[in-house]
Amino acid sequence: MLAVLTFIVRRSLWTVVVMFVITVVVFFIFFKTPGVDPARALAGRDPSPQVLAEVRQQLGLNRPLWIQYGIMMKKIFITRNLVSYSDQGELIIPEIFAAAPITLSLVFGASVIWVVAAIVMGVAAARLRGTIYDPVLMILALIGLSTPVFWLGQVVILITQVKLHSSIFSWVQLGYTPLTQSPVKWFEGLIFPWITLSILYIGLYARVLRANLLEVQNEDYVRTARAKGLSERRVLLRHTLRTSMITFLSLFGLDFGALVGGGAILTEVVFGIHGVGFLTWESLTNLDLPTIMAVVIYGAFFIVLANALVDVAYAWIDPRVRPT
Amino acid sequence: MTEPLLDIRNLSVTFRTEDGLVRAVDGVSATLQQGETLGIVGESGSGKSVTMMTVMRLITDPNATFEGEVYYKGVDLLALPQDQIRSIRGAGISMIFQDPMTSLNPVYKVGWQIAEQIREHEKISKQGARARAIELLTSVGIPNAAERVDNYPHEFSGGMRQRVMIAMAISCNPDVLIADEPTTALDVTIQAQILKLIRKLKSDYGTAVVLITHDMGVVADMADRIAVMYAGRIVEQGTQRELFYDPQHPYTWGLLGSIARLDRPRPRRLAAIPGQPPSLMRLPAGCAFAERCAYRFDACETQQPQLLDRLGTGHLDACLLSEQRKHAIRTRTVEPELVEETP
Repeated sequence: MLAVLTFIVRRSLWTVVVMFVITVVVFFIFFKTPGVDPARALAGRDPSPQVLAEVRQQLGLNRPLWIQYGIMMKKIFITRNLVSYSDQGELIIPEIFAAAPITLSLVFGASVIWVVAAIVMGVAAARLRGTIYDPVLMILALIGLSTPVFWLGQVVILITQVKLHSSIFSWVQLGYTPLTQSPVKWFEGLIFPWITLSILYIGLYARVLRANLLEVQNEDYVRTARAKGLSERRVLLRHTLRTSMITFLSLFGLDFGALVGGGAILTEVVFGIHGVGFLTWESLTNLDLPTIMAVVIYGAFFIVLANALVDVAYAWIDPRVRPT
Repeated sequence: MTEPLLDIRNLSVTFRTEDGLVRAVDGVSATLQQGETLGIVGESGSGKSVTMMTVMRLITDPNATFEGEVYYKGVDLLALPQDQIRSIRGAGISMIFQDPMTSLNPVYKVGWQIAEQIREHEKISKQGARARAIELLTSVGIPNAAERVDNYPHEFSGGMRQRVMIAMAISCNPDVLIADEPTTALDVTIQAQILKLIRKLKSDYGTAVVLITHDMGVVADMADRIAVMYAGRIVEQGTQRELFYDPQHPYTWGLLGSIARLDRPRPRRLAAIPGQPPSLMRLPAGCAFAERCAYRFDACETQQPQLLDRLGTGHLDACLLSEQRKHAIRTRTVEPELVEETP
């Protein structure tokens, strides 16, 4: 038990160190790129001299480097009053915090769909190996994997909102309603974005899982399980799939983190879901550097956090890496 | 003679591969009596493992075809549907494998893995199965079994893991225990312990054992009867005494000649059988061993020798040399060493 606690504490400390390094790197990219005046870059398009002076003063740009870094981090993490100069002085951090649950809803729902569908497809393909169904499933997965999200999203919108909106899909009202407000509306508004986002991952995960299952199937301990007289079903679920989930899970943690960190940008833009990805896209089109910087740090934070969670989950699912 | 427990009749296993048909097992017949130990000896690729894996119906390769019959208590295992063979696997016939490091599932506790097998075959509570697992671990010589039952495989050494495998294999009191090179992956002192354990279990429970090995020393120690396999066929079969004191096939002579002996001056180098076994895809028309045999003559190239009782004592061999000729050769080469050992 003590070993587990030490492991978690050590892992958390490490996460803090990584976060610190990321903020430093991001800070240097945005403030210290040679030949760029950071005030001009941060102040938005065609700033007036007054705005420039205000930015310099607010961010302490004429003070020593480490104070500049300190002011920036204070504005992001403590006072949370970093403003976007191109967006009429909007406060950035609250904006991100408002967008986060929307992105989380999108990614969570999509991940449930893709995990379930990928396991079903991967297991079916591995089980049906040698029949025509295996290559058919894998070609389907490959198609899913290579379908661009922006195109698929447009097609889904075209079908549900235009072509068949008056008949089958009249219940579909795209757009985000908080789960706490109305679970039904939340679901109706997000189901098609979920599907759209998950298609790529279903394809990817099904292929990875199938390959892994076939590899594990040749392991000696699977032969042992069969020699014990267990049913094929039990051998597959309790022995083959169980160990294959180790790879599956680590992949999942990383993708989930990256998506919550803003990686679902295309889906959010196509469906007009105002999550973190949408915010990123908006600030990119407006050259709104303070927002971009904050979003990058926020995204990195989620990826690092997901990594840490994967490590803990790893220990839970694989006794060999458990701390002793 | 009573009806044998296991009766393999004319078993052949062929694999379809991209390069052609591979006949891994070619017309093997063997029997196993209650409580007996049968040793199957041969080098890698001789078909000894494939034969016993086929008995367990553990070959899942869709490109494998099987011919012949395997009777266990009068039932042909090769003709049984999947769900019936499952009730025999692990309960009537169980198997331990070569590499204990990889034969246990790394993500489950060893006690759980043993209990899983017991619960598959018997109506027993979780606690009951666990208690049995502890008993079994104790009986295979694992110290502190009550604590070790909750350890994962990676927390055991190789020898201890093989003991766990054996505990699992005997958990449902099988009639037949198939041990596929059970000591090959272990170091020599551990090998001796594991063999001793198998012998003890055999005498305690009266389990019949099929011992697959490439080590003549192991079968000398363990087996009542021995079958020597070469290129998918049995080339000689007899009691342990017959095989060691009156070997009939030149391949067996070669195997015996390649053992280091403690009771004579150490040879500069161990005798080896020259050459390589033939490709199972292009077996020669005559004797498969002819190419490597120092005593071959014209008939060996054209005529396939049958496994026959040439001495009339139940000691079978598949060599075309006449009995007199074999005797003459052995008196010249192999015999002197063996004669001295005969009491």
